[in-house]
Amino acid sequence: MKGSDYISNAQNTWCPGCGNFVIQHTLKDLLAASVPPEEVVIVSGIGCHAKIADYMQTNSFYAIHGRGIPVATGIHLGNPALTVICSAGDGDAYAEGLDHLIFAAKRNVDITVIIHDNRVYGLTTGQYTPTSPAGFAGKSTPGGTQEDPLNPLDLMLASGATFIGRCYSRDKKGMQTVLTQAVQHKGFSFVEVLQVCASFYDAHDCYDEHVYTPEDHDPTNRDAAEQLIREWNYTGPGRIALGVLYTRDAMTFEERMLAGKEGTIDRTGIIRNALSGR
Amino acid sequence: MKDISVCIGGQAGEGINKAGLLLARILSYSGYRIYMYYDYPSLIRGGHNYAVIRGSADERGAVSGSPDIVCALDQETVRRHGGKSAVIFDSDVVKAEGTAIPATTIIGEEKSPPIARNTVLIGAFCRAAGIPPEIMEDAIRHEFGKKADGNIRLALRGYHAGEEVMPIEVSPGNGLPILTGNDAIALGLIRGGLDAYVSYPMTPSSSILHTMATLAEGTPLLVIHPENEIAVITMALGLSYAGKKVAVGTSGGGFCLMNEGVSLAGMAEQPVVIVMAMRPGPSTGMPTYSSQGDLGFVLHAGHGEFPRLVVAPGTVAEAYEWSARILHLAWQFQIPAFILSDKNLGEHPASAAIDLEFPMPVPSAISIPQTYHRYCSTPDGISPFIPPPLKGNVVKVNSYTHDEQGITTEDPDTASVAAVKLIRKGAALEQQMGHFGCVEVEGVIDAPVALVCFGSTAGVCREAGERLGLRVVRVIVLEPFPLAQLGTSLRGVEEIIVVEENATGQLNTLLRTYGYRSSRRIGSVSGRPFGVSELVLRIQEVLQ
Ligand code: SF4
Repeated sequence: MKGSDYISNAQNTWCPGCGNFVIQHTLKDLLAASVPPEEVVIVSGIGCHAKIADYMQTNSFYAIHGRGIPVATGIHLGNPALTVICSAGDGDAYAEGLDHLIFAAKRNVDITVIIHDNRVYGLTTGQYTPTSPAGFAGKSTPGGTQEDPLNPLDLMLASGATFIGRCYSRDKKGMQTVLTQAVQHKGFSFVEVLQVCASFYDAHDCYDEHVYTPEDHDPTNRDAAEQLIREWNYTGPGRIALGVLYTRDAMTFEERMLAGKEGTIDRTGIIRNALSGR
Repeated sequence: MKDISVCIGGQAGEGINKAGLLLARILSYSGYRIYMYYDYPSLIRGGHNYAVIRGSADERGAVSGSPDIVCALDQETVRRHGGKSAVIFDSDVVKAEGTAIPATTIIGEEKSPPIARNTVLIGAFCRAAGIPPEIMEDAIRHEFGKKADGNIRLALRGYHAGEEVMPIEVSPGNGLPILTGNDAIALGLIRGGLDAYVSYPMTPSSSILHTMATLAEGTPLLVIHPENEIAVITMALGLSYAGKKVAVGTSGGGFCLMNEGVSLAGMAEQPVVIVMAMRPGPSTGMPTYSSQGDLGFVLHAGHGEFPRLVVAPGTVAEAYEWSARILHLAWQFQIPAFILSDKNLGEHPASAAIDLEFPMPVPSAISIPQTYHRYCSTPDGISPFIPPPLKGNVVKVNSYTHDEQGITTEDPDTASVAAVKLIRKGAALEQQMGHFGCVEVEGVIDAPVALVCFGSTAGVCREAGERLGLRVVRVIVLEPFPLAQLGTSLRGVEEIIVVEENATGQLNTLLRTYGYRSSRRIGSVSGRPFGVSELVLRIQEVLQ
């Protein structure tokens, strides 16, 4: 199939220059090369990122704020043959739905979670998020935030994620490499995209200066991964490592949950069995 | 008349529930239909737990006055329940008049754990009631399996230490299974086609999760306990999207968290069955007691307008039947559908005649269209519902207002079409429900005074109605409201008395919305179910 077959005819309403376009087109290209649209499900939350569900001509579940991940987990358990890609925003995954993100990593659900992290609430017009830099002056914090940002990659490492990657929305090629591996990875893939919001937090200059792709990094080396992940703490300068930063092999949630669950349910048998003891 | 009540009481951790079940089994094997009430505070050790087991010739769903016989493991039991009853007590720790059994000494001699004291007293109860030891032994075998021998020895020691006090009629038989409402809900859902059950523990719904998890072992049935109730319902909606028939279970506080998922299910037309087991609130309330205070909450849960089905079974058999049926209906209409239960239905065992082969409707075949639109508009508002993958098509579901394809829209005309489609679907559901018995009429069915109730007060209202010669009208389906059926059921009624276990009269309010005015309302907010004698008195009061 062609990449354009993966784009729906819904009218696109992202702002010109929004980093979401790059994510959408990267996804479209990598899916066109590997999975037919009817076998892909895009699950999204609420926010600018979430419109990707409308814009992709694939199966989709346009869910609610913060809840894309449990929906995606349910879909995957319901039919593990589907390729489930969950798009989430930073408000979505790090604020409203943080518990789900941590548990998806803990469970090693075989889904790919792409965080469209623009470090600002776009669709609600510019409030701070869990990854906004300290002192961020948004509409709800005109005097600057009084808290430090979270390092989500560090959190994911601690939560047991088996694939951690980071990309930048101005580096489509790098994104293609990371996302392709993420979708192929058997287990929970966490990809944080530094997705620039052209309207409310244009961090191009900072990223252009600080991002780099480390050479000779062995993503199976947890200590090395941790070091790279901690190089930048989402505030101030610091080198921002891109690429696949960590991977490991582990049993997936569905391998554990669905073992021995094949076949049809003998309903009368279960009920008769239950009644015999009562 | 065959009717006996026995109470066993002691501290939490002394196995009162298990002892109650054994007493229930013994009475069941003696030819009685049983109902058991189990009262326990929200703690693990200490406090006061008791069970009242009622055996009767007919189906009963409530306890009556004071018990005939009380088995006391502690002084508190005598103090609270002793009153007019014959008392059998552990004379090593309790002072009382009645049958003194040195249960603590006996278990010491038998080197049994302290929890086994209850078995000794149960043995003494069998002697008191004139129940042959063979029946007692069979019942112990049933309840204890491999550990039966030791328990039989203890029970026989109690039996021989005891004395006959009030022999009851014994006609061995009654093989009816003893089920709680929660057991019946679990089995009904399985019968109805359940593929997955998702739940976070919360009393009094937890035992559905536990039963389901045990039943699912070694079968393809999936049981999941996620991080919280928000994950429960959204995960369930994901499973539902992927083509699985799924139910969730919770109680008030957990259901608060699920509300956003209920709205999502309504808008996305993603079917799910929600078991909502009521307990007193607000907030944590009294976790181990019962209430009918969440009727309004469930009827109005979620924001926005969308069709839903709310069913409140009143008996164990009804819980089985409606749980099976509601799953089918939720999928047929692609709606969130509720089984509204409570602690009194969910946790109290009763003899139940259930139809194993309860016939399930076969879903009509969907012809696969050339181009599939998830929300394609139809005259009855019901779109074909096909899970992915569907070759050459995509399946798009959406929490936003959407067009027929499932793509977000804010266009006024498309939005109106989408909203009206949901309302049309609600009308189709209402019409379909006309084929089911949504209102139950019992008692004296042409009496001019009617008790109107819903849910777990079924048994107590039926019995009080029979005693007082009243019509008892119970609304089983609360949404869509069965207006026509209620009209028929209330034909010729001059006075309506609404009975419900809440403070503000939520059923009463609902009835008023549909033009039915009650003259009296009987409420209760103690967390305990009405007893028959108590309700009879309350009704007599309002009738005067
Ligand atoms: S507000 Fe920001 S994130 Fe949203 S579409 Fe516009 S540029 Fe993109």
